[in-house]
Amino acid sequence: MSAGRLPRWVDYVLIPFLNLAAAFLVSGLVVILIGENPLDAVRILIWGSLGYGEGIGFTLFYATNFIFTGLAVAVAFHAGLFNIGGEGQAYVGGLGVAFACLALDRYVPWYVTLPFAILGSAAMGAAWAFIPAWLQATRGSHVVITTIMFNFIASSLMVYLLNNMLKKAGSMQPETRTFEDGGRLPFLNDLFPSFGFGYAPVNLSLFVALAASVLVWLLIWRTKLGFEIRSFGANATAAVYAGISPVKTIVIAMLISGGLAGMMAINEIMGSQHRLLIDFVTGYGFVGIAVALMGRAHPVGIVLAAILFGMLYQGGAELSFEMPNITRDMIIVIQGLVILFAGALEHMFRPAIVRLLTPSRPLDAKEA
Amino acid sequence: MWRFNSRLLLAVLAVGFSAAGAFAEPAIVYSVGGKFDGSFNESAFAGVERFRKETGETVREFELERDAQSVQALRNFASRGAEPVVAIGFNQANALGQVASSFPESDFAIVDMVVEQPNVRSYVFKEQEGAYIAGLLAAMASKNGTIGFVGGMDIPIIRRFLCGYKQGALSVDADVRVLFNMTGDTPAAFADPVRGGELAAGQIQRGADVIIQAAGGTGIGVLQKAADAGVLGIGTDSNQNGLHPGKVLTSIRKRVDNAVYDSFKSAKEGRFKPGIQVLGVADGGMDWVLDENNKGLITDEMKAAAEAAVAGISDGSITVHDVVSEGECPF
Repeated sequence: MSAGRLPRWVDYVLIPFLNLAAAFLVSGLVVILIGENPLDAVRILIWGSLGYGEGIGFTLFYATNFIFTGLAVAVAFHAGLFNIGGEGQAYVGGLGVAFACLALDRYVPWYVTLPFAILGSAAMGAAWAFIPAWLQATRGSHVVITTIMFNFIASSLMVYLLNNMLKKAGSMQPETRTFEDGGRLPFLNDLFPSFGFGYAPVNLSLFVALAASVLVWLLIWRTKLGFEIRSFGANATAAVYAGISPVKTIVIAMLISGGLAGMMAINEIMGSQHRLLIDFVTGYGFVGIAVALMGRAHPVGIVLAAILFGMLYQGGAELSFEMPNITRDMIIVIQGLVILFAGALEHMFRPAIVRLLTPSRPLDAKEA
Repeated sequence: MWRFNSRLLLAVLAVGFSAAGAFAEPAIVYSVGGKFDGSFNESAFAGVERFRKETGETVREFELERDAQSVQALRNFASRGAEPVVAIGFNQANALGQVASSFPESDFAIVDMVVEQPNVRSYVFKEQEGAYIAGLLAAMASKNGTIGFVGGMDIPIIRRFLCGYKQGALSVDADVRVLFNMTGDTPAAFADPVRGGELAAGQIQRGADVIIQAAGGTGIGVLQKAADAGVLGIGTDSNQNGLHPGKVLTSIRKRVDNAVYDSFKSAKEGRFKPGIQVLGVADGGMDWVLDENNKGLITDEMKAAAEAAVAGISDGSITVHDVVSEGECPF
C-alpha cells in the first residue's frame, strides 16, 4: 500500500476531505443545472440533518445501519475479501431478530430479548455468509460473485417465508405481527428526552453499533486472529508460508463480516419497525461498501463515514421536501457522486498529493 | 397602547393562521415506486393532476425513497397545515397511524390499507373483483382454453388478483387452464419489462393465447410480447388498451385516481369524512375498459357476460374469493 509514504493526517483527513469537497462541487454544478441555488441546497441539507433534534435523530438512525454494514465490509476487506453480500446477510439477519422477538416479547422485558436478538441476527447473517466463504476457501469460487448471488437467494427465501409462514393472517402485507414491548428497543428520545430527538427512530442499537466498532478494532489490531486476518489480506502467499490456514482465515473473516451485517437488522427490526417485513434493507448493505472505503476500513473512519452518509440520507430527504425541483432521483445522484469520489476515485488526488508532499523531503524520508 | 397593539398583532396573526389553515393546500406522499411507476402511484398522480387542472390549486407532493421517511414526510406536511394529507400505499399505514394521532385536527387519507383513526379516511380496493371480470373475458376470448397470468412481486395483493382471475375464468369454462408466473421476489419485479416479456413468451409457448399482466412496469413487456406473438394481453391499473390497439383485450382499472381526487375535492368543499371506503366494481372503484382500441375484440356476448358479472358482484349474487381475508385460493 502507498499509505506508508504519506503522513497519517494526509491519508486520514486531507484526502477524504478533498474527495468530499470534489463530490460536493460537482453536485453543486448539478444543482445549478436544474436551476436551484446550490448554497441554499447545502444549507438545507446541513440544517435538515444536524440543525434540530429530530433531524439529528434520523441522521444517527441511518448512521447506525451504516456502521454495521460498513464494519461488515471492513472486516472482510482486511482479509482481502470483498463481501458484496451485506444486503442479503442483513436481510436474513432480520430473521434471527424476528425469531428472538416473536418468541420472547410477550414474556420478558426488552433487555432480556436483546442478547438473543443480537445472537440471532449475528448467527443468521454469519450463516448466510458461510457458504460463499466455504466455496471461496475450498473451491476458489470468487466471493464477489457468490455473495451477490446470495443476495438474490436471500430475497427469495424471505419472500417465501413471509408470504407462506410468517405472515399474520388477514394481512395485506407480507410481514409478521407487530412485536409487543418485550421486542422493542427503547427509543433514545424516551431515554434522553432533553436531546429532543422527537419522532426519530434512533434507538439503543446505536450503542450496540458503537460497541461493535470497538470490538472490531480490538479484533483486528489487538488479537492473534486479527493479525492473521490482516496478514492474509496483505499477502496471502506469505501468510500461508507463515503457517496461517487460508481456509480458516477466509471462513472466519467472512463469518464475522456476515454476522456484523446481520446485526444491522437489530436497528431496523427491533429498533424501528417492530416487525419483520419485506425488503427492509433497501440498499444499506451496498452503501456499507462505500462507508468502509471512505472510512479506510478503520472503525473510527467508518463511524465518521456512517454519520456522513446518515446526513446525506436525512438531509437529502429534507432537501427534496424543501426544494420540490430536486427530486429523490437527484438526491441519489448526489449520494452517488460522493460514493464515486470517495470510493471509486479514491486515488484521483493521491498521486498529486504524493508529488506535492514528497519531493521536498526525499532525504528526511530516508533518515526516518 | 403597546399592550393594545400586541393584542391586535396577535389577533391579526391568529386570523392569518386560521385563514392559512382554511386555504391549506392538499398534500400527497407517494410510495416507494415513485409517481411515474406506470401503475399504482401514477394512477394516484393522475388524480392529483385532475384536481390541479380543475381547481387550479397547488398540491404538495413527496416521493418516498424508503419507508423510514414516511413518518417524517407525513408529519412535515401535517405540521405545515396541509389538508388533507394523503398517503399512497399500504406500507405507510403504521406511519400514518402515528402521525394522525398526533395531529387530531388535521385530515388524513390512505389508499390500499385501513387505518382506524377518527381523522383518517381509508380507501381500499377489491382487486379480486376486477380480476374476476378479466378472467371471465380472457376465458371467453381464448380459442384453445389456455390463459396466462404474469404477476410482479409475489405478495398477497398479487395472489389475490390471481385468485380472482382464476375464479372468473372458471366461471366461463370449467376446463380452462390458467398458467401463472411471478416475476420475482424484490420490488424490482415491478420494473423488469424484459423478464416480463420472457415469462409471457414462455406461457405463449405453452399455449396461452390471452395473458394478463399484474406487474406494474414489468407488464409493459408482457403486453409487448403478447402483441408481437399475435396473442392478446390484458392491461391493469390504468387504461393500457392504447399501447397496442387491437392487441389488448381490455384493461382492468383500479381507480386510485378517483380515490385521491375524491379526498382532495371533499376536503376542499369541507365535506371530508373519515372512515373506510371499500371500492369495488359496484361503485366504479374497479372497472374494465371498452374503447375504440378494443371494440373489435369484445363481442356482444362477452360484453353482456362482463356486464352480467358486474351486476352479479354488485348485488352480491357472485362473491369473489379474497385470499387476504378468506385464506388460500380454492381454485
